[in-house]
Amino acid sequence: MKKLLLALAATTMLAGPAMAENVKLGVILGFTGPIESLTPDMAAGAELAMKEVSDSGALLGGSTVESVRGDSTCVDAAAAQAAAERLITSDKVSAIMGADCSGVTTAILQNVAMANGVVMVSPSATSPALSDIEDNGLFFRTAPSDARQGQVLAEILKENGVKSAALTYTNNDYGKGLAESIKSNVESMGISITISAAHEDGKGDYSAEVGALAQAGGDVLIVAGYLDQGGKGVIQGALDSGAFETFVLPDGMIGDSLPIAIGDGLNGSYGTVPGTDSPGAAKFGEMATAAGFKAGPFSAESYDAAALILLAMEAAGSSDSGALKDKVEMVANAPGEKIYPGELAKALAILSDGGDIDYVGATAVELIGAGESAGNYRQILVDGGKITTTKYR
Amino acid sequence: MENLFNAIVLIANYLVIPGMTYGCQLALGALGVTLVFGILRFSNFAHGETMAFGTTIAILTTWWLQSAGVSLGPLPTALLTLPIAILAAIVLCLGTDKLVYRFYRSKKSDPVIFLIASLGVMFFYNGLVRFIIGPKDQVFTDGDRFLITAREFKQITGLNEGLAIKTTQAITVVAAVMIVAALFWFLNKTRSGKSMRAYSDNEDLALLSGINPDRVVMIAWILSAALATIAGTLYGLDKSFKPFTYLQILLPIFASAIVGGLGNPLGAIAGGFVVAFSEVSVTFAYKKFLTYLVPESWAPEGLVQLLSTDYKFAVSFVILVLVLLIKPTGLFGRQSS
Repeated sequence: MKKLLLALAATTMLAGPAMAENVKLGVILGFTGPIESLTPDMAAGAELAMKEVSDSGALLGGSTVESVRGDSTCVDAAAAQAAAERLITSDKVSAIMGADCSGVTTAILQNVAMANGVVMVSPSATSPALSDIEDNGLFFRTAPSDARQGQVLAEILKENGVKSAALTYTNNDYGKGLAESIKSNVESMGISITISAAHEDGKGDYSAEVGALAQAGGDVLIVAGYLDQGGKGVIQGALDSGAFETFVLPDGMIGDSLPIAIGDGLNGSYGTVPGTDSPGAAKFGEMATAAGFKAGPFSAESYDAAALILLAMEAAGSSDSGALKDKVEMVANAPGEKIYPGELAKALAILSDGGDIDYVGATAVELIGAGESAGNYRQILVDGGKITTTKYR
Repeated sequence: MENLFNAIVLIANYLVIPGMTYGCQLALGALGVTLVFGILRFSNFAHGETMAFGTTIAILTTWWLQSAGVSLGPLPTALLTLPIAILAAIVLCLGTDKLVYRFYRSKKSDPVIFLIASLGVMFFYNGLVRFIIGPKDQVFTDGDRFLITAREFKQITGLNEGLAIKTTQAITVVAAVMIVAALFWFLNKTRSGKSMRAYSDNEDLALLSGINPDRVVMIAWILSAALATIAGTLYGLDKSFKPFTYLQILLPIFASAIVGGLGNPLGAIAGGFVVAFSEVSVTFAYKKFLTYLVPESWAPEGLVQLLSTDYKFAVSFVILVLVLLIKPTGLFGRQSS
């Protein structure tokens, strides 16, 4: 009998997952710095998922989840690394929900997370450089890479039968990055980019730019700029001189003021803007309001990031990063039962029974490539002076 | 032969017409700058904002007229509002002169003091305009948009290339010609104009021959305010009104005035066109143009663009530097800047 008890105890010990514990999750966001206005809602989103899982009592045999916050500052890599170091070595967090800005995310990943073998899921780092960074399979993100929009636009151009396009972009990091992504994606679809020319914002006259773009020619003009800045000036000039009739508008150009300012000439132009029609987005909005915070930018992505980590723990049967890193893509992607916000308890139950889930969450998560969100975009068409939704991608 | 016509139309549509319009806009702005420099002997940095202020009044009056149901038919209503807008700008400029510049004139301050004072005035006007109408874009063009569109032109002529002429472009050029003619008539034929030129050429001699300096200064401000309002409104009609662009356009305006020779009205006009055409023509891609002109086998593969459009603003400043190096008084100048 004594032996039996001992054996029982030993098996329980070995089958660690079944033993309830207090799981700690790091939340590293820029609570001070340039995006400090966004981070409280982002952290609240992540902690909402943790609370949901704790309350369900279904994680790893009744484990509770505790959030440990750290300040990434968004811009100071040294401060961000120190915060991550503290969370991992002294607070002993199992995984990190974060960081937020691309620069500090890269620094934490390369210098702290990889050295300690801790999983990171970022809700908001969008730099294309993070797609092919060396990460030992530890890094994921629920935000799409900026490179993704170029791909979506290229698909739309292909579907619309565009053979050649001229490209102009606003002369800053956003415009350049987006233009590069659009150019490479569009060209890989066999569509030629006749010219890629920068324009400065806030200038008085764009005839030189329009002249160069018109001479290079193309079926459409892609304008990777801002709707109340040079982007508008270039479109106006191109329409006036009869150089182009159809314009392709990435997210910076989408807004109600553009069709009003340009008028009928813009009808028939199309573009993309981030967005999803997934029922999860609406559900998350309700949950956020009920929990007393705003579903602001990236707070849905934060909820999804924390949920993915916790679901992967259950799937791996362990809160250890080394084990859960292989399960993140499994819980995020098909096949399996679709999981929306507020259904984490159900998801945990399915996983503990050995079933498979497809986490959709608040942002219709689908991890592609090296573990980043495929990104969902709303395809728009300017019709009758209004921006209308064609479909979601 | 058809190819030759195509090539000509192409250059006209993308180079000549935009260049002409922009050149006229710069020339009108530069004339105001150069007049103030000739009489008051300082570079008035507040000129761009005076343009913005005059245009603001023109826009507000346009809205009022539109709501009252007044229109000019095919022409923009804003043209009707010019007298009121000019009057408002004159009141503003004379008020500023009374409150700010007169003090420095009585102290016989250096031109650089005036220049810095005008910078302060610029910031004040800047705030005033944003206070009245806000920093956003305003579109106030009405009437017919085009004299002829590219598509209509193609249908009429049967050519491959279209030629579009906007109503506002035509108005800009016609108005600029009329105003420049009137200004030169005033400067050369009237007593006040002659006294202004005399004052500009030699202040002491002019004072000795009994010219009233206060009157000359007042006329200079009136002319400068009128030119600024007309230039600003024409520019706003053609592009759109956004206070920030009126600050930006100050640089090419000064470049035009300096290239032509500060203080010389003829130079200001020439400078405006030199700057406008150099910006457009140096960054223009001549591929299509050459394809029309040369035999098919010679057609260029590349874009045949001298400079990428990124360097557009470098162009006018390179010209400015060259002019200052080779002929420091400007192409037509008498006075050193």
